[in-house]
Amino acid sequence: MKETDSSTEMRGKSSVIIDALGTLGEFTLKTGRNVFSMFGGMFLLLGETATVTSKGLLIQEQRIGREALFTQMVRVGVKAIPIVILIQLAIGMILPLQMFPMLDEFGQSDQIATINAIAGFRELGPLMTAVVLCGFAGASIAAELGTMVTAEEIEALRASALNPIRFLVVPRMLATLIMTVMLTVIANVVMIASGMLTAINLGIDADTYFKLTIEAVEVSGFVTGLVKAAVFGLLIGLIACFLGLSVKPWEGSEGVGRATTRTVVYGIVAVIFADAIFTLIFYSYGLFD
Amino acid sequence: MSETSGKQPVIEVTDMVKNFGSQRVLDGINLRVYTGEIMVVMGGSGCGKSTLLRHLIGSIAPDEGTVKLFGNDITKMSEKELNDVRKKFGILFQSGALFNSLSVGENVALLLREHTNLDEATIEIMVKIKLELVGLRKHTEKMPAQLSGGMKKRAGLARAIALDPQILFYDEPGAGLDPVTSAQINQLIIDLTKKLNVTSLVVTHEMDSAFMLADRMCMLDKGKILKMGTRHDFEVLRDRTGELKSEQERLVRQFLRGDAEGPITERQLASDYEEDLFMARKSY
Repeated sequence: MKETDSSTEMRGKSSVIIDALGTLGEFTLKTGRNVFSMFGGMFLLLGETATVTSKGLLIQEQRIGREALFTQMVRVGVKAIPIVILIQLAIGMILPLQMFPMLDEFGQSDQIATINAIAGFRELGPLMTAVVLCGFAGASIAAELGTMVTAEEIEALRASALNPIRFLVVPRMLATLIMTVMLTVIANVVMIASGMLTAINLGIDADTYFKLTIEAVEVSGFVTGLVKAAVFGLLIGLIACFLGLSVKPWEGSEGVGRATTRTVVYGIVAVIFADAIFTLIFYSYGLFD
Repeated sequence: MSETSGKQPVIEVTDMVKNFGSQRVLDGINLRVYTGEIMVVMGGSGCGKSTLLRHLIGSIAPDEGTVKLFGNDITKMSEKELNDVRKKFGILFQSGALFNSLSVGENVALLLREHTNLDEATIEIMVKIKLELVGLRKHTEKMPAQLSGGMKKRAGLARAIALDPQILFYDEPGAGLDPVTSAQINQLIIDLTKKLNVTSLVVTHEMDSAFMLADRMCMLDKGKILKMGTRHDFEVLRDRTGELKSEQERLVRQFLRGDAEGPITERQLASDYEEDLFMARKSY
């Protein structure tokens, strides 16, 4: 009797392990398939958006609504200006305060300007702007498009022979791209100004600070920062539009909520990974020398 | 069928099959709708009638069979060719599906701006004409969020007829409306069909609407067409008393009458209750 008990128990244990392995395998396969289909879908969306945009801009076969683009630029970018300024004011203050004691020990406290400028223009300007826009614009675009799917608006567009890519995706993606670049410029200026104010309070001469900043940034630093910002903006627009349009009509508000959250999470992850890739490329091409 | 036999059908569905995963949603649908008539497609929830409608407007492609509009098979068309066909039909969605960021007038004007070469002044007049037809001329400037359910449907209808379509599709036109508004929308559908000489296909599960609207009707059940005929045929079946021989007729009659008891109910109840209970116990 006891033997039977223990063998049943053994079988029970092994079947639990097999079940667990099975579940794990299923999960991996499913995740793999999902990731694959998501990347594939985004790639297709990007391709179609590029086709429609170039048709509109180059051969003007398809009209691109300037009004729609303007509306989206205001919605994505202009309204985010105060937040970007606020964040960059803080960031511009943090770095000098962190670095000052260390640099002062070596009598190099002036170099605060160099560090702030390099970090700002190359890295924190585009990155912080992208993170803000991801939460600000990305989430709202995903929610808006998702709601349009559940309200049958997207299907109504298609049934009216109107291409949702041209009507909805193109203006939104162009707007996030353009506004991320423009906001990055603002972010850079604010961060330098904030850093300078902090430095002055730490006893560093304003002229020296300004001179070192100009020397440190160079054209390459400024341009690489803006190139990064453009790609970040495109990524945010792409992810937001894709996830928003991926909501299924029957998923309702739950689907919209999920698309919104995912946009913020995936967007930030995508932006940071893209940043890492850019840094590797720029580094290996000696742009940072 | 005799009165329509000589005519060419505007909508022609032949042997259409559609599966969602392992589930067969539409199973060999054959349907013909002729110029100027109102065809009502009825059926319970989940019978496949909305899926059928989505095939007719080119949103979904069937797994098998053909869907012909104006004699051309839309399942084999490119997106561009399909868009040319789409300009010749209009659809009223269940919720109205107005573009929320545009006013009522702009919703109607959008199609005219995009698909015609008319100047703005003409478009403005056209919009007024369309909105007058549905009784919304005074509400041109309103945003969709400010409209009641009935007004949204009217506005959706004005948008559907913006390009003077030859076919109009309606997805549950009376759903979510009070009886009077629902009757008004139905009257509007009849008026428009006659005034504009369009062909209409209405999908609904509301019998009052169905009998008010239909020239011909068909009933869908489990992805198959259970019965097709004139409104009169269906009225006769609905009003027939006593025991019916065929299961199919009893099923249709229960649906038409809205009876709580009948073959539909029996089908729902005849599930494997005992087995289900047993399974529940085993999993603990």
